[in-house]
Amino acid sequence: MRAQWILPACVMLLAANSARAEIPLHERKSGAEFMSPQTQAMQADDVSNPGMLAALDGEAFWKQKAGAANKACADCHGPAEESMKGVSARYPAFNASASKPIDVQGQVNQCRSERQQAAPFRFESRELLALTTYIGLQSRGMPVSPPDDERLTLFRERGKALFNQRLGQLNFSCAHCHEDNWGRKLGSAPIPQAHANSYPIYRLEWQDVGSLQRRLRNCMTGVRAEAYSYGSPEFIELELFLAARARGMSVETPGVRP
Amino acid sequence: MRMTGSRSRRLKSLARRWALAGLCLALAPCAHAAVLAPFEVAGDAIPQSLTGDKGDPARGRAIVVDRQKGLCLLCHSGPFAEQRFQGDIAPSLEGAGSRWSEGQLRLRLVDAPRLNRDTSMPSYYRIDGLNRVAPAFKGKPVLEAQQIEDVVAFLASLRETPTAQEKP
Ligand code: HEC
Ligand code: HEC
Ligand code: HEC
Repeated sequence: MRAQWILPACVMLLAANSARAEIPLHERKSGAEFMSPQTQAMQADDVSNPGMLAALDGEAFWKQKAGAANKACADCHGPAEESMKGVSARYPAFNASASKPIDVQGQVNQCRSERQQAAPFRFESRELLALTTYIGLQSRGMPVSPPDDERLTLFRERGKALFNQRLGQLNFSCAHCHEDNWGRKLGSAPIPQAHANSYPIYRLEWQDVGSLQRRLRNCMTGVRAEAYSYGSPEFIELELFLAARARGMSVETPGVRP
Repeated sequence: MRMTGSRSRRLKSLARRWALAGLCLALAPCAHAAVLAPFEVAGDAIPQSLTGDKGDPARGRAIVVDRQKGLCLLCHSGPFAEQRFQGDIAPSLEGAGSRWSEGQLRLRLVDAPRLNRDTSMPSYYRIDGLNRVAPAFKGKPVLEAQQIEDVVAFLASLRETPTAQEKP
């Protein structure tokens, strides 16, 4: 955060929608803290957390051979409990072969097409959500730890600018809601701080598991903006910024949300 | 300060003339057919009605509590006993008519960020300078001129109660 003072001036101008205060460290709260005790209990108990079913599915897909290579994820990576530990806490990360940052779902699909030689999973497909939930679960309880990788800096700063930029017919920025008004009520919904430490989530309103990008698309259509497309560079940039804002918070995947 | 010049008035009459013939399709981008009524800002107010007429407070109230049209109760609360969910991002609308003149209320609805750049109060009557508006809403203000006038008339009728007046 302190590094913002040494950023190139042009980036600062983009980001400087207003001199708004970021959320101080000691006031950071996970989205779960804004939920009713019942929904919190549902998330906390693996037997009642519906996201755990997706993780179980993911474990099955992890072991399933697929594609022209006829390889399972497990054939190369071994037990996910070891090889995937901490991965979701670290991502998005810079991917050398794509020479750009990618998130976990992007990495899964890269392995899917390049290593398994199979068709990539569709966004929000059962398989992709199951695998990313299963991979996310392997980081549960670990601190969000975005890498100090210089190659990510510019992308993360772009994400910050996107976060502070007004959007849509209602002309709101993410920060208007999540930094200026967290804890207050938007109609009936308490506004959380927008930490991405629990994704994929099971959302009761969706009656389904969904990715962080699905959540962000909901926020964008809420202000009558044209949402970015799944997998777009803007989403990866926003995800990088969200991860930096949540540095040190515990991964809670799979979260449950109202 | 004249906010929309003679150009947009020309466009407006053009739009009126051609709309019936369906030629709006040929006038790309069609969105510009929804030209805003011209208005003048004086100080922190828009003194003149956008339509030239007085609004209807009953219709205004219906717009204010409608979660698709006015959206006001997402952020505001107010004297609406029947509405269960009211927001607390913004000050209560109670007594708005005692605090502000109709002209001041009109500007606060039309384009609040002119008064406070950082406000989260949306601009209800503005179509330019917006970013990534979803296709269904492109080129349209959140409320039409008539609706703005109805809401202004309703807000102006919200008078401070004696107890609220005692507050600092
Ligand atoms: C008009 C206010 C508003 C705006 C603007 C908005 N959001 Fe949200 N956002 C919400 C609300 C309310 C929720 C919680 C909804 C719920 O759980 O039912 C939420 C949830 C979230 C969450 C999930 C947090 C969690 O713990 O599950 C994230 C992340 C998020 N928003 C990010 C963003 C980003 C990024 C933007 C800008 C592209 C944005 N939001 C714009 C109101 C907003
Ligand atoms: C043929 C071997 C192979 C298969 C099969 C394979 N991967 Fe990979 N995977 C790799 C290699 C090699 C890397 C690291 C290099 C890279 O970036 O591609 C990797 C990297 C990853 C990473 C990033 C790990 C990190 O620490 O950054 C994830 C997550 C991942 N794979 C998930 C999967 C999933 C899920 C599947 C099954 C759908 C899968 N992989 C199938 C070889 C494979
Ligand atoms: C997304 C949030 C939001 C919505 C929706 C919204 N407002 Fe506001 N409004 C605000 C905020 C915040 C202020 C505080 C003033 C500021 O920030 O400059 C405000 C201020 C006002 C004021 C002046 C405040 C005062 O002292 O009385 C009036 C009047 C007002 N709004 C009316 C409305 C009406 C009518 C609607 C619906 C047509 C509406 N607002 C919708 C956020 C909102």
